[in-house]
Amino acid sequence: MASVTYDHVVKRYTADVTVVKDFNVEIKDKEFMVLVGPSGCGKSTALRMLAGLEAITEGQIRIGDRVVNNVAPKDRDIAMVFQSYALYPHMSVYDNMAFPLQMAKMPKSEIEKRVKNASRILGLDNFLKRKPRALSGGQRQRVALGRAIVRSPKVFLLDEPLSNLDAKLRGQTRIELQKLHRDLETTFIYVTHDQVEAMTMGDRIAIMNAGILQQVGTPGEIYDHPANLFVAGFIGSPTMNFVPVTTSDSTAKASGFDVKLPKSVPAGKGTLGFRPETLTDRVGDNASLDMKVDVVERLGSDQFLYGQVGGDAVTARVDPKLKVEPGDTVKLGLDTRSLHLFDAETEQALI
Amino acid sequence: MDFSVLLSDIPTLLVVILGVPAVLVGYIVGAELLVRRLPDKNRPQVRPWIWVGPALAMVALFLFIPAIATLIQSFEDNHGTFIGFQNYATQLAGFPSGGVWIAIRNSIIIWLILYMILVLTFGLIMAVLFDRVQYETLVKSLIFMPMAISSVASGVIWKFMYWYQPIGAPQTGTLNAVVTFFHHDPVAWLQDQWPNGLAILNNLALITVATWGLTGFSMVILSAALKGIPGELLEAARVDGAGEITIFRRVIFPLMMPTIVVVGTTLVIFAIKVFDVPYVMTNGNFNTDVLALRMYNLLYLSHNNAAAAAVAIVLLIAVVPVLIFNLRQFRAVEARR
Amino acid sequence: MSVATAGRLESTAAAGSLPWIAQKIQRSLLHIAVILLTLVWVIPTLGLLVSSFRPAAQIITTGWWTALSPPLQFTLQNYQDMLSQSNMGTAIFNSFMVSIPSTVIPVTVAAFAAFAFAWMKFPGRDWIFLAFVGLLAVPLQLTFVPVLTFFVSHGIVPDNLINLGLPPWIGLWLAHAGYGLPFSTYLLANFFRALPSDLFESAEIDGAGTLTVFFRIVLPLSVPALASLIIFQFLWVWNDLLVALIYVGGAQEVAPLTVSLANLTNSLGQGYQLLTAAAFFSMVIPLAVFLSLQRYFVRGILAGSVKG
Repeated sequence: MASVTYDHVVKRYTADVTVVKDFNVEIKDKEFMVLVGPSGCGKSTALRMLAGLEAITEGQIRIGDRVVNNVAPKDRDIAMVFQSYALYPHMSVYDNMAFPLQMAKMPKSEIEKRVKNASRILGLDNFLKRKPRALSGGQRQRVALGRAIVRSPKVFLLDEPLSNLDAKLRGQTRIELQKLHRDLETTFIYVTHDQVEAMTMGDRIAIMNAGILQQVGTPGEIYDHPANLFVAGFIGSPTMNFVPVTTSDSTAKASGFDVKLPKSVPAGKGTLGFRPETLTDRVGDNASLDMKVDVVERLGSDQFLYGQVGGDAVTARVDPKLKVEPGDTVKLGLDTRSLHLFDAETEQALI
Repeated sequence: MDFSVLLSDIPTLLVVILGVPAVLVGYIVGAELLVRRLPDKNRPQVRPWIWVGPALAMVALFLFIPAIATLIQSFEDNHGTFIGFQNYATQLAGFPSGGVWIAIRNSIIIWLILYMILVLTFGLIMAVLFDRVQYETLVKSLIFMPMAISSVASGVIWKFMYWYQPIGAPQTGTLNAVVTFFHHDPVAWLQDQWPNGLAILNNLALITVATWGLTGFSMVILSAALKGIPGELLEAARVDGAGEITIFRRVIFPLMMPTIVVVGTTLVIFAIKVFDVPYVMTNGNFNTDVLALRMYNLLYLSHNNAAAAAVAIVLLIAVVPVLIFNLRQFRAVEARR
Repeated sequence: MSVATAGRLESTAAAGSLPWIAQKIQRSLLHIAVILLTLVWVIPTLGLLVSSFRPAAQIITTGWWTALSPPLQFTLQNYQDMLSQSNMGTAIFNSFMVSIPSTVIPVTVAAFAAFAFAWMKFPGRDWIFLAFVGLLAVPLQLTFVPVLTFFVSHGIVPDNLINLGLPPWIGLWLAHAGYGLPFSTYLLANFFRALPSDLFESAEIDGAGTLTVFFRIVLPLSVPALASLIIFQFLWVWNDLLVALIYVGGAQEVAPLTVSLANLTNSLGQGYQLLTAAAFFSMVIPLAVFLSLQRYFVRGILAGSVKG
């Protein structure tokens, strides 16, 4: 049980290839931290540096108070679940889970106790003698988890463990992983490219893009107060609407509408951001938009309208009972309390 | 040398190079046109046989029927009269040093065991070591090169390696130069009957030549098997706390075992059938005779076709069980992929 | 990610620390072992190469390594003598005349048969295929006597063929073709079978006939497998000694390089310098083929490591 600190960590392969740039994050003990970002953003590399599978070019990584830069993986007291599970195909489930304990030269009775315990928690009791190829994907993943659990490590590292499972299994396993985290009371560091997993599982989320940490915060914070354009667009489905605007004082002018901003901003160009659910058919006295509807998606519990406001593409989530057809023009109200404005150049959030 | 001979035969070469494929393609096109004349439903019945026909005919003519004919001939004398197992009796008489026994001992014990162990061990060591250096491709090519040359050329190369000059004269053979450097007397590698007339040393000298030639083969296959092990598996093992040697012992080696068995059994088959190296270097003398060479000599020196046939059958009996095992293992490896 | 990259694990040890030193020593030992092994493997060939450029008198009196330090006395005499005093020049031509048809015939015939085995249905198909592969077990020695008898009784011998104005190697071509068929068919059938069946189905819908499918879809897609097979078979035949000895014998005009070289080895009293040059002469083509097309050769081996 320990905290993990990344202190100005950099990973560079050659002079012009820097995969992780000045990564700083503090992960609290017992926390479930999700590292999320698009492919190639450096999240897996960051995880592997923590595991000791990649050398650290600059900076420090600490587990608890201990600097682990030069410590071999096996001495870091961590356990890792690989994306492909990395089970030893020629060993039984029992032997797979016992292997790390044998490496630690634990007495046989202790090994048996721990393996049986993990097996019970994960529901693998009936599979102990089987080889990995006789198991389903979900079962293999549990064995991989079991191999990590038996070590009672200070930190669990998980590298996209759900991506090889089908959609239904993924949902179930998400819930099981969260329960596991609660029961084990250990720090979990979880890497994924799926923002849904990030939002649902993490105590906190760290979003990365192109090697740079974009924002760290709870799911709520990230959703409601994205720090920049990237984060705003990455989290949330359907994606936030982005409309180029010209600002002056407290007004933003888009090509199809004007809106009053909650606070005053420097004049210039920017990007206005608002989530589809902040549009409503009850206009009120807020900003109003006239949307020409192109496509209507009815999902029973939701209704999405895709269309144009002025010259900009906009998505709206409206009451499913609203009667709209493609080609109609609807008047929608925009809740100005949930507006975001991003600087045209730096893409940082101004509101 | 008269190069004009070559020039006048270039037309022949061209005729052959172009003519042969033309004939074959003409066959298949012509046959297909004939098939098209048939009613629709007969076509898929006749067509396959046209495509498989030439191959079937050739293997029947050159492999299947001759094999059976040889089997029959081994039971006859050189005039075609049936004599039962007499050929075998003659050949197998004189145990342990008469007849075909020396060849059997050399092929089935000495060559089989030593050749297989040497080629496998070197191949495995090289596959594992070379995998860890950046210039892997270069060194692998160098090790692999002897495979491109004929056994005859290998024989010549090693003839010079093994060259023996009498004690006192400067050694021209590389091995004897090394040996005398360490103040030992030069060794007549190809004739020496060490230990005590068992003739293991000179057989080993021949086996070394064959090993040198074929290790590239085993290295390539074992290397492919090694690289087929997912890297994440090794990382998981490292995170689990295993040291490099433990990883080799408990993860890499067991996972390579099926391929090792396939290569090993293939080598056994090669060992039993070896001909070129003994023929070129010693012609079977000095107790280096092997089954294939003995059969050849019976055929061409003694003109004893029937006896040659018997020896060929002995060869077959030695090879078949290994081949069956080999094919089964190969299937298992393929299925696992 | 392959073992290769995991094998070269990045070190996490701090520079100057004990584990770091241990790792550096390990790396050095590794390099030494690799280089030593490679050197041992290369020296035999190197020795012969150097010897082939040395004056005859020196070859028999001093070791080849002495030629590497001054005074450097290299000569082309051995090569010139070899070409003029032995029949190696004719032999290389013969090798081409033997190897090319002995490669073209089995590969073509095997391609036809493999196509049928892979994509046509006919009674007994699987059993016949199994028998084909099983024939890989037959040691060639088993076939020599009957085939030779057959050839002799039908006049398919070099002397007779020459009298008829035909190439004297016809028997050898057919024999090599027959011997090479099991492996070739096995290799190609496996490859053809692995082609996606959608290709054939859409070709059928497009109205392509069997010949079109074979020549314009299957063959072009099989170029890597065909290349590997061709190179493999070519080198096998080029380097073959036994089969050539049996079916063509050692007569100068018809013998390929391997047979000529073998004769030279067995017959030379004093002229060992010729042997050095002759050996290298016989190696030039296969080495050239091998070095330029190594990839395909290796692939051929990996595809079917069972060539009895």
